[in-house]
Amino acid sequence: MDELLLEQKAQAIRRDIIEMLYRCQSGHPGGSLSCVEILMALYYEVAHVDPTNPSWEMRDRIVLSKGHGCPALYAILADKGFFPRNDLWNLRQIGSHLQGHPDMRKTPGIDVSTGSLGQGASVAVGLALAAKYKRAPYHVYVVLGDGEIQEGMVWEATMSAAHYKLDNLIFILDHNGLQIDGTNDQVMSLGDIIGKFHSFGFECKKVDGHNVDMLVKAISEPVPGKPLFVLAETVKGRGISFMENNVGWHGKPMKTEEYTQAMCELKGTQNV
Amino acid sequence: MFESKSLRVAYGEALAELGSIDQKVVVLDADLSYATMTSIFASKFPDRFFNFGLAEANMMGAAAGFAHSGLLPFVSTFALFGVGRAYEQIRNSIAYPNANVKFGLSHSGLSVGEDGASHQSIEDIALMRVLPGMTILVPCDPFETRKAVFAAASLDGPVYIRVARPIVEVITNEDSTFTIGKANIMRKPGDVCIVATGLMVKEALAAAERLSLHGIKAGVINMHTIKPIDAELILEMASQCRAMVTAEEHSIIGGLGSAVAEVLVGKSNIKFARVGIQDKFGRSGKPEDLFKAYGLTADDIAQQCIMLLE
Repeated sequence: MDELLLEQKAQAIRRDIIEMLYRCQSGHPGGSLSCVEILMALYYEVAHVDPTNPSWEMRDRIVLSKGHGCPALYAILADKGFFPRNDLWNLRQIGSHLQGHPDMRKTPGIDVSTGSLGQGASVAVGLALAAKYKRAPYHVYVVLGDGEIQEGMVWEATMSAAHYKLDNLIFILDHNGLQIDGTNDQVMSLGDIIGKFHSFGFECKKVDGHNVDMLVKAISEPVPGKPLFVLAETVKGRGISFMENNVGWHGKPMKTEEYTQAMCELKGTQNV
Repeated sequence: MFESKSLRVAYGEALAELGSIDQKVVVLDADLSYATMTSIFASKFPDRFFNFGLAEANMMGAAAGFAHSGLLPFVSTFALFGVGRAYEQIRNSIAYPNANVKFGLSHSGLSVGEDGASHQSIEDIALMRVLPGMTILVPCDPFETRKAVFAAASLDGPVYIRVARPIVEVITNEDSTFTIGKANIMRKPGDVCIVATGLMVKEALAAAERLSLHGIKAGVINMHTIKPIDAELILEMASQCRAMVTAEEHSIIGGLGSAVAEVLVGKSNIKFARVGIQDKFGRSGKPEDLFKAYGLTADDIAQQCIMLLE
């Protein structure tokens, strides 16, 4: 996809996120908006998936471990044709297959049920180990939140990924610097994130998390014998001026005037 | 083949046997393979054995990943560290998506003995029982342990096999049936019906012998499946007997006794009592001394029966 098209696509996905979250008056705008380009890089450029056959055995696996960012994932899956786009407007409603957090048993295209932070990383280790055992060539991509890596389980997963030399496993950190109670540094300092993953045995890279091309380049260059860690520097609430870098927009419902302004700001480019 | 054997050895041998039949079987352990006896499988199939070190939470998540990939993971560690420490991982990554993961968790109950309360899992049945879709098997002897492994493997969905540590005499035989959800009648009921599980089945049989000396006819049900519980048989027994006593090596809260009570309530007026650990932590000691101290012996069961019938 060329640069202009990617930009238009990102705008369209952000509009769908705002629409979904405004309609259901719940959910997590900040962390959904920060991981849009990461998920775009995976679903439009890197990963091999088939919307007509979501359970295709040789597909690449994508695990949104920061499950609360799922509005971004749902918008992309709908755009890819995994399910009708109209389903998006029933997010979080009773009877909808689009749960508040990703559910692999309800939504076509979801590989792992997530939502309880940290667990996606470990499930991904199992997926990657199983691929090795089956001698299957697919990759396992995991999108983690920065607050999420405070979970001890993430480091258990990290240690085991290096131990088993899982070079088919790629962790991508959506590092927007904010979590529910404040900045990472206010709540629980993450310290030298790259240094930590490096010392655990990962190959590490750092990129602009809103630049699809750079993300694609970083994600597509795994190193034999080592799992890969990509630190994607992002902005929480990216694309909506009053949400950007604002800790209050982790999980707040939008008022009508906020919704109108958000949609106005996202109208900069045409519908795709 | 009639020798006494530790249930964990029976478990390890059964896993290795299953592994030789089914390439999809993989085994995960958390640095306890020589205690859970998954080491037997590991030495036969090193490429299908995965040690996760002392990281039970990660191991449970990884087990889900194996299951989502079409493999058949058996996860082993001590019951307390599997069910207890990694409970939320079991809940959200395995039970909620109904992942086909089997838990063979050993060193359950007070019979761990000398290691003491920190290692004695007396609440695991309660924790696992409240998870929708979880199947819970508590084998009473080596034969049943082997059958539980094979039955679990042929069922789609999470199954918890509760394995005890001690060496156990054989009380069933190679040919006795083992169907998940169908309890076995070990001794025909008369005045009282004792519903027991795991190591307490042997105690229940001994209690029934003792009761017969007092002229009391006691039946013994081997409730090897705690979930789904065999409600049909419980109600049938309740209609035939004057009293019912449950016996388990677990807290009286949330385990077999609770499961049977849930079946009886509103449907039967039978006199009912539960033998189990009375809302207390365990402590160090020889298993037989602990069973005495915590009221889990054949005498304790017999006494409960007599009290109910009086």
